[in-house]
Amino acid sequence: MTDTDTSLLDKAAEKAVRATPAPLAFRVRGLSDRAIAWLFITPTIVLLLAINIFPLIWAVHLSFTNFRANRPNAAIDGVGLSNYQRVLNDPDIWQAMQTTAHFVFWTILLQMLIGFTLAHLIDRKFRGHAFWTTVILIPMMLSPAVVGNFWRFLYQPQIGLFNYIYSFFTGVDPSSFEMLGSVALSPWAIIIVDTWMWTPYVMLICLAGLRSIPDYIYEAAEVDRASAWRQFWSITVPMALPFIMLAVLFRAIENFKMFDMVVLLTGGGPGSTTEVASITLKREAFESWRTGRASAFAIILFVAVFGLANIYVKALNRVKQR
Amino acid sequence: MRKITKALLGATTALTISAALPSVSQAAELTLCWAAWDPANALVELSKDFTAQTGTEMKFEFVPWPNFADRILNELNSGGKLCDLLIGDSQWLGGSAENGYYVKLNDFFDKEGIKMSDFAEAAVNAYATWPKGTPNYWALPAMGDANAWFYRKDWFAKPEIQAEFKTATGRDLTVPATWAELIETAKFFNGKEIDGNKVYGAAIFTERASEGITMGITQALYANGFKYEATPGKYDMEGAVNSPDAIKGLEEYKELYKCCTPPGYTDAYMGETLDAFKSGQAAMAMNWFAFFPGLYKDENVGGDKIGFFVNPKGTTAASTLGGQGISVVANTDNMDGALAYIKWFAQPDVQKKWWSLGGYAVHNAVLNDPSFKDSQPFAADFLVAMNQVQDFWQEPSYAILLQAMQKRMHDYVVADKGTAKEALDGLVSDWTEVFKDDGKL
Repeated sequence: MTDTDTSLLDKAAEKAVRATPAPLAFRVRGLSDRAIAWLFITPTIVLLLAINIFPLIWAVHLSFTNFRANRPNAAIDGVGLSNYQRVLNDPDIWQAMQTTAHFVFWTILLQMLIGFTLAHLIDRKFRGHAFWTTVILIPMMLSPAVVGNFWRFLYQPQIGLFNYIYSFFTGVDPSSFEMLGSVALSPWAIIIVDTWMWTPYVMLICLAGLRSIPDYIYEAAEVDRASAWRQFWSITVPMALPFIMLAVLFRAIENFKMFDMVVLLTGGGPGSTTEVASITLKREAFESWRTGRASAFAIILFVAVFGLANIYVKALNRVKQR
Repeated sequence: MRKITKALLGATTALTISAALPSVSQAAELTLCWAAWDPANALVELSKDFTAQTGTEMKFEFVPWPNFADRILNELNSGGKLCDLLIGDSQWLGGSAENGYYVKLNDFFDKEGIKMSDFAEAAVNAYATWPKGTPNYWALPAMGDANAWFYRKDWFAKPEIQAEFKTATGRDLTVPATWAELIETAKFFNGKEIDGNKVYGAAIFTERASEGITMGITQALYANGFKYEATPGKYDMEGAVNSPDAIKGLEEYKELYKCCTPPGYTDAYMGETLDAFKSGQAAMAMNWFAFFPGLYKDENVGGDKIGFFVNPKGTTAASTLGGQGISVVANTDNMDGALAYIKWFAQPDVQKKWWSLGGYAVHNAVLNDPSFKDSQPFAADFLVAMNQVQDFWQEPSYAILLQAMQKRMHDYVVADKGTAKEALDGLVSDWTEVFKDDGKL
């Protein structure tokens, strides 16, 4: 670059500065790095406040009132802790919490067992393992709405494939039992569907855990003549444990707020047999329109999940540090 | 400069016109909201006359029944402007009147000479008034309806089936006149093989999410003398809601469900009972009169193969009310257009055409016409049913009251939880809590 070019550039810059209105030029030139950083993150913070934090604070506020969304003209009075008291003393809500706990426990147990087993098998890289991995992953790629409707047909006692397959192996009349209409079977019907859909997800996380274990550890174990069983319990399980725990955390949070699948399969029925907490909450908020009480229930659920998740994450960190 | 001024002026004018255009077209347009079902199609057909007479374009927003209440009540609660006119459920009247969602029509009726005495009294009380039965009108009765029954007339007419029935029960196979006969007939047909297919006794309402099981069970409850209050207007439910008669009615409904419904009908409402009947699985089924014109026209099970009957008696004659009134939504931008539609719809000639197209008019000009009873095979039953209808609570808190009943009834009938007395006692307790919250107790 020559001196002439430089002076030309300087002149152009000077011209541009002169052409820029003074206040604007001052503002642009006067921004510090910190101010620019704020400028960039402010929209995100505003959005976060508007769609996450504000509704949360508003829900806390509503939980102390008798507000009903379908009575816009009615006076909103403070009711103190009454909503919380009524929620915590409501046997139906405790029943829904028990149903949710039952559902979360069994789905996680089954998904972990089957998912880890599948991951262990897939990790062996047999012929065609890529193909089978893809096949196994298909259920989790489907929409829950599709899966719910699809299984509803499979469970139909008169034309459903599930009943026919069971009948084929046992000789029982296919229409003699109802997976979705029976008090005893309907919770298991949902657990089966959720396990079918989300085991591949658990398998993927476990597979990542298994693949992260260095081969030399197994080689060293073999040199020490450790049996396959011993290698599994002393190397595979401890080293994959943080991943398994992560999968448990993800699935527990998801299943705790499970809504779509249950609504599509049973609608919470028969009776209230499969009415999980999220359905009770929805009914309270948008069918009974007891917004204040529903807000109290939502806050209780939020605190419970948040607290449990925090304890769990601390445990997870401890396992990782070992 | 002049060119720039002209261009700016032109642009401003264009913008103003384009902004004004939608409001012009809106003024000549009305949106009517209702449920998506057979009578809605008839209303579309009928409303073409209104468009021809007034030039007002009609738009329709029909929501499937399972989502109807959720969708429309959300719309009203949020102050939306989707609907100018709404054919809403009778139970919504209390809330919609008290929350100012509907326009009170008394002055308009007086001004236009629309008399409520021109409509069936039961329909006016159920579909138009709040507080119930008072001369405060929030809707024009639009669609009369009640829960009733239909059966396979061709199966009932088979000599071998008649003979078998006589042997089994000692009486002739006729249309059930009482709940005891209904259950007996359903049991007789249940599991029988007819025309090569296994058939079931009766398809009834068991739906949990919206209102289904309540609308089914109240058929048995009302017929057995169930009352919501011991003293009307006092909300004293103890001894009325859980009376021995009500317990008997509830037990009968459960018996019918347990003995005779097709497998898998644990969450069945309108669509499912129609399916059970149309697929030749059910000897009898319950549903709203609104579906009867379509059923009668059905190629497989309609015509000579189908018969209709009103809800059988228990200790009394009663039917569960369906149907709706048409209201003007207070939030409408086209109040004049909406009121013009109500005025047009109230005319006797329009009401007659409404009936002929498949809508259930409740105008006396239609119902009192000597030819009415024979105009359709179910018309006479419709008249009987409309004279014995009973409705659910129409209170502003009806949604909570309904959800409580849905839960208690489904728990008892479908999920086998507790006894009928426990279910009804629980219902009294739930409803008492609601009325205490509302300051009515």
